[in-house]
Order: sequence, then structure tokens, then C-alpha cells
Amino acid sequence: MDSNVLIAGFGGQGVLFIGQLLARACMNEGLSVTWTPSYGAEMRGGTVNCTVCISDDEVACAYVAEPKNVIALNAPSFAKFESKIKPGGTMVVNSSLVKSAPSRTDINYKFVPMTEIAHNAGHEKMANIVSLGAFIKTLPVISKDSIVNVMRTMLTGKKAIMLEGNIQALDEGFEAVK
Amino acid sequence: MKKEKELLKGNYAIAQAAVEAGCQSYFGYPITPQSEIGEYLSTKMPELGRAFVAAESEVAAINMLLGAGSTGVKAMTSSSSCAVALMQEGLSFIAGDEIPCVLVSVMRAGPGLGYIYASQGDYFQATKGGGNGDYKIVTFAPASVQECIDLTYKCFYVSQKYRTPVCLLADGMLGQMMEPAVVGKYPYEEIDQSSWALTGADNREPRHIASIEREEETLRKRVVKIFEKYNQILKNENLFEKYETEGAKIVITAFGSIARIAKAAVKMARKNGLKVGLFRPILLNPFPEKIVQEIAQKVDGILDIELNCGQMLQDIKASIAGVVAIPIKFYGRPAGVMMTVEEIYEQIENVYKEIIEKKYGTACI
Repeated sequence: MDSNVLIAGFGGQGVLFIGQLLARACMNEGLSVTWTPSYGAEMRGGTVNCTVCISDDEVACAYVAEPKNVIALNAPSFAKFESKIKPGGTMVVNSSLVKSAPSRTDINYKFVPMTEIAHNAGHEKMANIVSLGAFIKTLPVISKDSIVNVMRTMLTGKKAIMLEGNIQALDEGFEAVK
Repeated sequence: MKKEKELLKGNYAIAQAAVEAGCQSYFGYPITPQSEIGEYLSTKMPELGRAFVAAESEVAAINMLLGAGSTGVKAMTSSSSCAVALMQEGLSFIAGDEIPCVLVSVMRAGPGLGYIYASQGDYFQATKGGGNGDYKIVTFAPASVQECIDLTYKCFYVSQKYRTPVCLLADGMLGQMMEPAVVGKYPYEEIDQSSWALTGADNREPRHIASIEREEETLRKRVVKIFEKYNQILKNENLFEKYETEGAKIVITAFGSIARIAKAAVKMARKNGLKVGLFRPILLNPFPEKIVQEIAQKVDGILDIELNCGQMLQDIKASIAGVVAIPIKFYGRPAGVMMTVEEIYEQIENVYKEIIEKKYGTACI
């Protein structure tokens, strides 16, 4: 396997967090993985993204100009990255915030109302986790259990109360993709 | 107990390794893309009762490093490109004074202020330096987060063993990315510095360290002795990676993060039947000329790949000049956009066809 995903959204949506969650899960499964944040002149409230590269060989390059897959949590991210995806790639889109119609026929789209799902489940801030659930269902690079196992190690102490909600959000995102 | 792999950012990996190596003093001034090193050490070092100084400038930081290193303790600074440029005078003095210390240089794109993109534009700065006089900065270049750790250890060890400044030359990609890695125990012996270090002249004769030598013969001998250390370092501490070089017709030379991309391109080339290998020097200075010569004698051409306009290329050329006459091709460009595996593969294929066709005709490809 040699794959990658670019995850993009507003600063504060937890884009970098789910990238690390995915990367840690891959690491625990013995895969080679890199996580790289976008960096440069970023500003509060602006868009942020990170790239996770996954391989069962060595990961060659942590930077990806044309990602194979994109998770777009907001409209600016959809606009920015839709055209950059490699043909045959997948775009998992938060349709709660992205109202644009898809413009390509050579990539697969999965529109999931992530913010809505998260809100209805009582955890609006967990739209990122919903998106990760939707992504791993669309592209089974890693099992849901692997993600949950990492959540258990990352959400400890004061954060432990968020664990159940996160697992639920992951489940709902997973189930939202048919 | 065997430590488990963690998902670690290159900069934090370097900082953690410095702590584990027993670094007693850190001096630095923040600059992207290496600021996390100072950030981590600013809390960790005081916790451990060690010294962390946010210097007022890079010139101050390098001279503080000179002072701390002269007491024999493990000392480090970290910086980047235009700020390492400010340290060159200090580095020359540190080399002349034979003071052990570590400089972590996380390259950004230049010249001038440039920007924070990953680049290899400071190969010359690290290995040729801008300080005055005959000296070298011993330089190691990692290509993964694990190597950021292992080579930080190596830098401390080599600096302490040979009383010389040593540079870890990383780049913005390695500094910013996270990758699974293990911060293991510092694997080297501790070197006794008590015979020369400036530790206070209680119950012993006073000592002094200076790079000034008024006697011409003494000065000559001193520099000869310093250069003898570089020979020993090349002999005893050399590190490199050879991949599929046996039976290769063309060898790719690359260092640092570009080498890992080149390696994937070499794998692709091998799958497609092209007899291509990779040579990645990890010790960049002193440069492993002999190994390059040995490789060059067995191949029909070399393709050097760098994210700059051709810097290590000069050392490759100098290594084989007068030894073997094979074509040396170069593919590189100034930083800004990272190279891709496909892009490097395309270059390999073109150069392979050109060199091999010329030599053997098309039938042999």
C-alpha cells in the first residue's frame, strides 16, 4: 500500500488532531507513516491542513503536491483542493458546510453532513472525528478499532470524559458512508 | 526495557535526543523551521537543572556555545540558514579553539531571508562554512526522524571525542514532519574532558584556550593537528547508505530528505529493469571521497540530485576527478516545491537512456 490523505478545514476544527490520530493508528499497525502540517503564514480562523502519507514500504516524501485523497471540512478547503486531487482519488466532504457541486468526474466524492451528524449526537466539535470515520469507511487503510485504540491512549485524565463521545462520532461517520 | 515507537516531529526528536545525550547547556534564538527545538528545551532543561538561554542574537548564542563548550560539558545551539550565517565567525573560533559542541542547522530556503520551505541550499554553508581560516565543520545529514535522533547522539559523541564542532544538517521537511521513531538511550561512551577543560583552577595550574598562535611553526602544527582529526573522523566515524549499488550502471547520489525520495525512485527504476543504485553520504564533511571513487569505478555514470543548484555535486566531481572519467549529471533546483518520486524517476530514466545508449546502444536498455 502507498497512499496519502490531505485533511483540511478551519483552524480549530481539529484537522491536525485527526491527522495525528490516523498516523498513530497506522504506526501501531506497523505501517510506515508521516504526518506533515501545512505551515507558513497561517492565521487564526484561516484554513489549516495536514498530510498523512501511509506505506507498507518506506514513505518517500512527506510533502504531496497532488494528494490521492482529501478530507475537506469546510468550503475554502473544498475550493482549494478539489482540483489538486489525483485522478481516481477520493474526496470526503463535509456537506454541512460545503454547498458547492462537484466539478470533476474523475474522482470519487463522499458528501457527509459531518457538522450536522456531530451536532445531532450532541458533539458539534467532533465533526472532525465524524470525517475520520467516514474516511476510513470509504478507504479502509486502517480499521475503526485501531483508531479507537489510539483515542483511548490520547484521551486520558481530564480528557477521558470525551472518549465515549468521540467513539460515537467515529461510529456515526463510519455508518454515514454506504 | 525496549522503548516503543512514538510519533515524533523531527525538531522534537532532535531536542529529546539532545536531552538524552546529556546536553548540559543550550543557547538559541528562534527561527522557523527549527523553533520547536528551543521551545521544547526551554521547559525541559530547567526542569533537569540544566542551562537554557534565550540568547539576544545568534552571534551571542554561538559565543555562549564557545564559552560553555570550553568547560567540557555537552553544549548545543540550533538555528537555520540566514541565522547560521551570523554564526560563522564564532564557528571558526570554536574550530580553532578545538571546543566540542553541536550546531543543529535546519535548512530553510535562501538566499537572504528566503522562506521556510525545505531546502538543501546550505550544504555549502555547513561543509565549506563562511568563517576564516583552515577548518572544517564535521557535518552529518539525517533523512528520517529516527536518524534525527541517532545522528544527534553521534554529533555529541564525535564532538566530545575529537574536540571539534559538529553540525547536524536537517531541513524544513524533517524538522516539521512527524514519523514513528524511538528515542533510545545515548549509545556512546562518555569522554573524559578533565585534561583540558576550563573548570576553575582550584588545586591545579591555570589553563587557557585561544586560537591565537604567535609562533609560525606552532600555528602550522596546530592546524595540521586539527586536520589530522578530520582524517580520523573520516576513518572512524563515517556513515553512509548504499542501496542497490551492486551491479548498478548508474548511481544516484543524494543526501538528506531528497535521498529518501530518490530511493523510492530507484526502487521504481529497478522494478522497471533499470540497473540503478543509490549512494547517500550521511557524513558530509569530511566528504567520503574514497567511497565515491570506488562506486564511480564500477558504474557508467552518476546522477546527483539535490534541492539546490548543485552543491554536493562539486564534492562528487572533485572526488572522482583524475580517477575515472564518467559522465556526472545533475538534477536540482532551488527550493520552493518539494521533488516528487515520479519527477526523480523521470530524470533517472532520461539519464539512463542517454548514458547507456551512448555506451552500449539501445539493445542493452
